[in-house]
Amino acid sequence: MASHYEAPIRKPLVTGDKTYHDVTVDVAAPVEGVANKQWWIVFGIALTAFLWGVGCIIYTISTGIGTWGLNKTVGWAWDITNFVWWVGIGHAGTLISAVLLLFRQKWRMAINRSAEAMTIFSVIQAGLFPIIHMGRPWLAYWVLPIPNGFGSLWVNFNSPLLWDVFAISTYLSVSLVFWWTGLLPDFAMIRDRAVLPFQKKIYSLLSFGWSGRAKDWQRFEEVSLVLAGLATPLVLSVHTIVSFDFATSVIPGWHTTIFPPYFVAGAIFSGFAMVNTLLIIMRKVSNLENYITVQHIELMNIVIMITGSIVGVAYITELFIAWYSGVEYEQYAFLNRATGPYWWAYWSMMTCNVFSPQFMWFKKLRTSIMFSFIISIVVNIGMWFERFVIIVTSLHRDYLPSSWTMFSPTFVDIGIFIGTIGFFFVLFLLYARTFPVIAQAEVKTILKSSGEKYKKLRDGKS
Amino acid sequence: MWKMSLLKGDQEKHMASNKTYWKNIAQLDPSDEAVKKLEQNEFVSKLPEDFLSDEKTLEESSTSRRDFLKYVGFSTAAATIAACEGPVIKSVPYVVQPEQIRPGVANYYATTIADGFDFGSILIKTREGRPIKVESNPDAPTLGGANARVHASILSLYDTLRLQGPQANGDDVSWDDFYLRVGAMLKALAATAKEVVLLTPTLPSPTSQKVIADFIAAYPNVRQVIYDTVSSDAALNAYEKYYGKRALVDYDFSKVKTIVSVDADFLGDWQGGGYDEGYAASRIPSRDHGKAEMSQHFHFESNMSLTGANADHRFPCTPADQKNILAYMYDRLIGGNAGKLSEELKPTAEKALAALQKSGTKGVLVTGIEDEAAQAVVLAINTHLNSEAFHPESPKLIRQGNTKRVREAFQAIEAGTVSGLISVGVNPVFSSSNGEALRQAIKNLEFSLSFTSKIDETASASQFVAATPHYLESWGDYEFKPGHYALAQPTIRPLFDTQQFQDVLIRLSGKNVKFYDQIKTHWNESILGTSSWSKALHDGYFSVETPQEGAVSDFSGLNVEQLRAASSEGMSLVLYTKTGMGDGQQANNPWLQEFPDPITRVSWDNYLTVSMKDATALGLKNINTANGALNGSYATVTVGSQTLRVPVLVQPGQAKGTVGLSFGYGKRMGLKDEMQTGVNAYALYQNFEKVQNVTVKLDVGEHEFACVQLHNTLMGRGDIVKETTLEIFNTKDKATWNPMPQVSKNHIEFDVTSPEVDMWQEFDRSIGHHFNLSIDLNSCTGCGACVVACHAENNVPVVGKNEVRKSRDMHWLRIDRYYSSATTFEGDNETKEAISGIGDSLNTFGEMEQAASNPQVAFQPVMCQHCNHAPCETVCPVAASSHGRQGQNHMAYNRCVGTRYCANNCPYKVRRFNWFLYNKNDEFDYHMNNDLGRMVLNPDVVVRSRGVMEKCSMCIQMTQKTILDAKLKGEEIKDGMFQTACSNACTSGALVFGDLNDKESKVTALHQDDRMYHLLEHVGTKPNVMYQVKVRNTDEV
Repeated sequence: MASHYEAPIRKPLVTGDKTYHDVTVDVAAPVEGVANKQWWIVFGIALTAFLWGVGCIIYTISTGIGTWGLNKTVGWAWDITNFVWWVGIGHAGTLISAVLLLFRQKWRMAINRSAEAMTIFSVIQAGLFPIIHMGRPWLAYWVLPIPNGFGSLWVNFNSPLLWDVFAISTYLSVSLVFWWTGLLPDFAMIRDRAVLPFQKKIYSLLSFGWSGRAKDWQRFEEVSLVLAGLATPLVLSVHTIVSFDFATSVIPGWHTTIFPPYFVAGAIFSGFAMVNTLLIIMRKVSNLENYITVQHIELMNIVIMITGSIVGVAYITELFIAWYSGVEYEQYAFLNRATGPYWWAYWSMMTCNVFSPQFMWFKKLRTSIMFSFIISIVVNIGMWFERFVIIVTSLHRDYLPSSWTMFSPTFVDIGIFIGTIGFFFVLFLLYARTFPVIAQAEVKTILKSSGEKYKKLRDGKS
Repeated sequence: MWKMSLLKGDQEKHMASNKTYWKNIAQLDPSDEAVKKLEQNEFVSKLPEDFLSDEKTLEESSTSRRDFLKYVGFSTAAATIAACEGPVIKSVPYVVQPEQIRPGVANYYATTIADGFDFGSILIKTREGRPIKVESNPDAPTLGGANARVHASILSLYDTLRLQGPQANGDDVSWDDFYLRVGAMLKALAATAKEVVLLTPTLPSPTSQKVIADFIAAYPNVRQVIYDTVSSDAALNAYEKYYGKRALVDYDFSKVKTIVSVDADFLGDWQGGGYDEGYAASRIPSRDHGKAEMSQHFHFESNMSLTGANADHRFPCTPADQKNILAYMYDRLIGGNAGKLSEELKPTAEKALAALQKSGTKGVLVTGIEDEAAQAVVLAINTHLNSEAFHPESPKLIRQGNTKRVREAFQAIEAGTVSGLISVGVNPVFSSSNGEALRQAIKNLEFSLSFTSKIDETASASQFVAATPHYLESWGDYEFKPGHYALAQPTIRPLFDTQQFQDVLIRLSGKNVKFYDQIKTHWNESILGTSSWSKALHDGYFSVETPQEGAVSDFSGLNVEQLRAASSEGMSLVLYTKTGMGDGQQANNPWLQEFPDPITRVSWDNYLTVSMKDATALGLKNINTANGALNGSYATVTVGSQTLRVPVLVQPGQAKGTVGLSFGYGKRMGLKDEMQTGVNAYALYQNFEKVQNVTVKLDVGEHEFACVQLHNTLMGRGDIVKETTLEIFNTKDKATWNPMPQVSKNHIEFDVTSPEVDMWQEFDRSIGHHFNLSIDLNSCTGCGACVVACHAENNVPVVGKNEVRKSRDMHWLRIDRYYSSATTFEGDNETKEAISGIGDSLNTFGEMEQAASNPQVAFQPVMCQHCNHAPCETVCPVAASSHGRQGQNHMAYNRCVGTRYCANNCPYKVRRFNWFLYNKNDEFDYHMNNDLGRMVLNPDVVVRSRGVMEKCSMCIQMTQKTILDAKLKGEEIKDGMFQTACSNACTSGALVFGDLNDKESKVTALHQDDRMYHLLEHVGTKPNVMYQVKVRNTDEV
């Protein structure tokens, strides 16, 4: 697998005249180097946002959910919107590292490390919301099926919220293990290069005593394959289960059988967009343009385009089914989405998610770094609105018109959301400075087959 | 032993209990010293003796590291525990346990409320000596039904701003001092024959009148003036003129076929109220004789009133139009001529006339026009019709005020010709149009004394303030109608140093007797005859047959011409009383402030109701802000020289050219800051005329309303409030007017309730009780008594104006009010059905959000529907919402973690979340934030903490009590014994609660009724709350 022949027509996945040593040096450079001013500025902003979010969370927990903008009719709004949004973003990592591994897509090797890091960091953000959105978060452990002293009390296995608990925790643990397994040889590489004793100590702990023997590599390959097999169904199951929160309810606009595939497609869509956002910056800042090439970005843009179109089809199917069902409550729910008081949210969603990815049909646009970056941001805004539209516009006008009302966020709602973005970037920025951000061990396996230098050598062009 | 026997092998039988087990291998050798030693000593090493007392051993002893850590650990733990001292709650046990008070068992006392505005025989539930709830007294023959205000009055007992003792010139004094000083003043005034006015509300109390008479006998310079803050003067004058007595005609609507009301809000506070029971009885289409019959109700009015909202035909018209219509009816019915009426009004008046004429003696005409001539015309017409509903022979005595005398008295006070004022439970400085002048005049009086329970506007201007007890701490007797008596008894010892005004007057008259003794003596001597005082006191009422007074047939001197000629120019202001606030006596009652008005559904405010047309012309607007909350323009309202800045509410059904404003708000003294809401409409109540010429102008600024219902129309969703007309009800079968929703399975249509299309297992309901609640949309008048009763029974928190504005009201039971967008709801359904294409639906649904200018109105009480297949139960991750064996959907507050998933998934949106801590929290400074206010809490219902969901429990504490009581007594439970707070409070009989497994019960019959349907049946929730289709009698005569 390591160095089989690759057709000359395929573009090299590693550009520049990179040798094995060059790869090592390039990947270790951000870890071994000193943070520049820009990093500190961005980190400072992220940390401030994070601390602001922590403040808002403390305020919420000490005073009550009333500090948010929710009311008797709209019982969920930004909290669960943010939750689903972050879970969705967390989908790309596993897809890239597990599904693409099984499909032998080698271009994943340059991006899977960061994509998985992003997955883990965003699942952490997502996991926050189901806890803090509770009226009594200090009793959050009651949703776990653990033996307890409350008599015969047990959790309710009918509740999709409980399935969420299992789905998210399984996803987080499998992703973490998968990620860490891949990190072991790379940590070992940094350990071996480390000069300072403290650094050496830390990285030897992190690398779990990786020795680089053939047996280590064999086990590494086996475990990776097994974990990829385990993680692949999770890509489908996690967001399917998240969609059950809505699909199993009786509220028009929520009660929809199309939700599982629609949510999974949307999740991959937003996840890839977030990967693009992060990596376009990272390749520049960490001088990794030769590893994360325009070709990588282009391939991701194609995934974005396809999943965006799937989501678009789902939106239109929803409208069609609402009309076709003949159920007046269903019909009104979707009419109200598109033309009611929250029409602007619906059309923001439509524009960002359905129209904007269509630009990717043009090669020139999908290979433009700047354009890709803008679209990646636009898609994530759109996906946030999708969840807002599903949650708030379905709830605010449901069955009995007497209960119809509106929702407006407070500074706490906004503060917590910004806080999670800050927290996410704090984690990611720390990761970028301390972790090998590219799976260099894996990249080295394709260097001779897909590296520009070796391809040229082989093709006799050098 | 066993070990030994094994060694020796000679003993084979052993007692099981004598077995000894080896502890270790060393025991094999019995000679082992260590084993021997261990067997002798319980502890391995020698226990430390009391080393602290002996200096020597103390010095010799050593503290190991482990001991040291133990000491540190223990001391830290001990110090920590010692620091956690629990709150000390001092409780004083009974020295002698009273026989009647058993912890956990409620006692009920019959008593009477009579505050000058609300009158009624009621029952008071007390727990451990604390009155905690008002109930109707269903046995009482007169005024036995409690309205929303009466239900809420229990909370006024525990008002922290109540006056705690008498005052003189603003300083607290003792009662002895008070008597000394007031007595001296009164004597001095009597000696110089300076006039003193005794201003009382209507006090139909035989003994109180005797006390006052004695007082006047002792001080001949005192004169009593009866002052109704909201006057019924015209009706009283008309009755007095023809029947010779100052009283109000009574009506019985229960058997009528046609009711024509010209601005008589008889489901509200018209002539003292209390008519909903009789009215509702005539509104249920009963099929006793084949064809169903019910009354037909025509209503002419300016404001949208509760009564108008219930009418079959409602015609908005100006006050002048109303007079014309009344005159026209007189002309057509009695005058025998064609009459004169504008072409605009004629067809509507003719409709009502035709129905009235056809009904013969089963027709009745009532009016609320504050005009003696109009009231006289109504007396004449009803006499002419020989109406069965018309009972002049048994008039109500609950309004007796005389505005002419009140006006004279006020003028005399202002002019200084009167030297003293004793006001009893009235607050004229607040409730009269020239309050400020009156306040100055009272300050300048030689003597002023106010009997009050609050330092209100009048009390603060008076020299002496006598603290009076709440009515639940007082004795009293009343005569609601001739021969219909009621008794009031204290249900708790006075909480504060208060004395009833009767006791004060008796003592000031120089007598040494208690008011209670006087009542008892008077009743035994003049009222009870041979009946027992104890029984009367127990029942709370006593009736004797009185000789019927002859009917009057001579209605000469009717000034019909004045009515015919009535015309109006410009805007008319029509003042009214709101269901929640009445005349404003209980403005400091948070339950009533938070009670949403049945019509506008606005709480915590009064407002100018303006018709859509006038609002557009004047530039007045209502808008919804980003979170849905309602905002309204301000208007400058000018009547004569008085100007008020009033927020505006655009009111569907308001007659063009009229605006409405309610009394009771705008009070500033004796109220908590939070309760100081609204504007004082009494300022515009000039000459006690409820209709005033007014100019209305747009003012700057926007008012923030706290409205619990932000969407007014039904959007053509006719399956929510199902209704039909009497004609269709009588001629078509059930499938036409009450169809069961269908669902298709394998291309076969099934009823949604069919097991064939049900994915859930049915509960086994064959044993035990299966509770159901039926709500009859025909007899529900929307009065809201149930809303307050539920509030009181279930310790529902008050959240305040700001939170209500954020749609976070906590009411477990709400009464939804819908307006039609077309002229009828049926029209809305048709409009919706006729929508074709997406473009049309966009426009049409937009239009359907607007209510019609004169809409049909529907009321629908909604509480937890206790679904058998409850959507809330499946989604709770911790199973805090679970199903009960008796049909209830339970809510385990302790288990709730507060995900709010259940509320989201509730199709009825009846679940309420505790967004904040609503008790013992200074941010919510209502009754649950002080010890006094918390006395009203029902000990059977837990007070919820922050972060948990709550909702209607179908009063499980009440049904369980019934079951336990029956078990103890070993009796079977009879139908009617199971009740909820709402079904108990419902005087109109719309709410019927019972056990479906009792096949003879009323609720079982209602469950099988053709009119029965479930709310949102098609969702498949299978609720245990059912509704009865509303039938409107819109048949043309």
